[in-house]
Amino acid sequence: MSSVLYDAQGPRAKRRNVVFTVVFLAALAVLLWWVFSTLKDKGQLEWALWKPFFTGSEAWTTYIWPGLENTLKAAALAMVIALPLGAALGIARLSDHVWVRVPAAVVVEFFRAIPVLVLMIFGLALFAEYTNVSSDDRPLYAVVTGLVLYNASVLAEIVRAGILSLPKGQAEAAMAIGLRKNQLMRLVLLPQAVTAMLPAIVSQLVVILKDTALGGAVLTFPELLASANTMSGYYGANVIASFTVVAVIYIALNFALTSFASWLERRLRRGKKSTGAVLKVDDAQVAGAAGTGAGGGV
Amino acid sequence: MFDFLEDYDLLGAFWTTVQLAVLSAVGSLIWGTLLAAMRVGPVPLMRGFGTAYVNIVRNIPLTVIILFTSLGLNQSLGITLGASDFETINFRLAVLGLILYTSAFVCEALRSGINTVPVGQAEAARAIGLSFGQVLSLVVLPQAFRSSVVPLANVLIALIKNTTVAAAIGVAEAALLMKEMIENEAQLLLISAVIAFGFVVLTLPTGLILGWVGKKVAVKR
Repeated sequence: MSSVLYDAQGPRAKRRNVVFTVVFLAALAVLLWWVFSTLKDKGQLEWALWKPFFTGSEAWTTYIWPGLENTLKAAALAMVIALPLGAALGIARLSDHVWVRVPAAVVVEFFRAIPVLVLMIFGLALFAEYTNVSSDDRPLYAVVTGLVLYNASVLAEIVRAGILSLPKGQAEAAMAIGLRKNQLMRLVLLPQAVTAMLPAIVSQLVVILKDTALGGAVLTFPELLASANTMSGYYGANVIASFTVVAVIYIALNFALTSFASWLERRLRRGKKSTGAVLKVDDAQVAGAAGTGAGGGV
Repeated sequence: MFDFLEDYDLLGAFWTTVQLAVLSAVGSLIWGTLLAAMRVGPVPLMRGFGTAYVNIVRNIPLTVIILFTSLGLNQSLGITLGASDFETINFRLAVLGLILYTSAFVCEALRSGINTVPVGQAEAARAIGLSFGQVLSLVVLPQAFRSSVVPLANVLIALIKNTTVAAAIGVAEAALLMKEMIENEAQLLLISAVIAFGFVVLTLPTGLILGWVGKKVAVKR
């Protein structure tokens, strides 16, 4: 095993590693023991608090599943609306006309600079004041609005970075055979850029999925996190148990998506048919012009 | 038109936002650097721990972490982080949650910086007889930090925006004030514009300045 930082190890380095391993293991053990004893002292390890999740399906059918359904619904809606909007904004930012390019840039930079939660709170009040959406539906509308506004502008940057990552020869060749600007974009650049951006788009889906939790905590949107809250009230303050279960569900979902994204990235990089331009999962954020990249993936 | 703003502590709320951001930034830079050191180091157990931490924490919504610090750590386990009044406890819990979450991203940003250093640099350093400590401190890390500036700036901007999540546990920062103002005043667009402006003022210059610094110090290859 060697890397930029260290060489293949000799006997002394190996001995040192063993010492480090033992010390670190001891520290971890102390930490785990402390967590365990605190949990036990506060009675959080009682079987009664954990039982609902392992025996019977009531906890799953009444709380977790409906919550998860709402989480996925909001995330899917936001993605489906944000993707075309983001693509349009991204292409608009590359336009030859100043009056298209500049407004698109202003919109993208503005919404990337504002927290999603602020957009969601704004959306909730907006729907309450100016529309007759029923108060039951309002949180969903607000969550989706916030997510769409923010993620469309992040996706716009991804699309733009994807198109800019293509070799210049692609556009030049297309122009040389006499394609119009719209044909150039539609037939040559976009199809290749989409493959290049796929991994980045999938990892943006993780961000959307995670941000739906804001709706549960602040806007009374009945999603997974909110159902953990009601659940812990119902089952006698098993906050630790409920949160653990919910966190595991989030981790499983997002880990699957993240792994899918990096699998896609590896596969696309290997593929012979592509131009070899694949946006790394983090590239899109870094590629933002003038370094105003507003931290998309975090 | 703006007189209703005098009834609210707008600057105070943004000051709390800034405090949250600065304290969490310092904390997550420290913890994130340690994690990065573990992830790139030669000890397999530490590498495993670093990788597991990053993969787990990155995939939990920040909201879940922050809410858990309040409902789980504080209310169920009685952890107060050395504070006695409700407000200070929640503020410290929010900082703790933000640090735990953001450090995973700091770790990844630093690691990407280390990965940009060509292997040849370290090999050349070893070839002229530098020790491991010298290779690290004289050759690899100076280059790594310089190319981590832009990714770290992105993490910082995201952190500034993420401080709003502290509103979920009642820390009196900008997003909570916005919610309160919207409930009490019939000035939705104006209130939103003011709050949005505040965040634009915080995030946009940060991005521009650090982006410029990043370009300036980056190692040209």
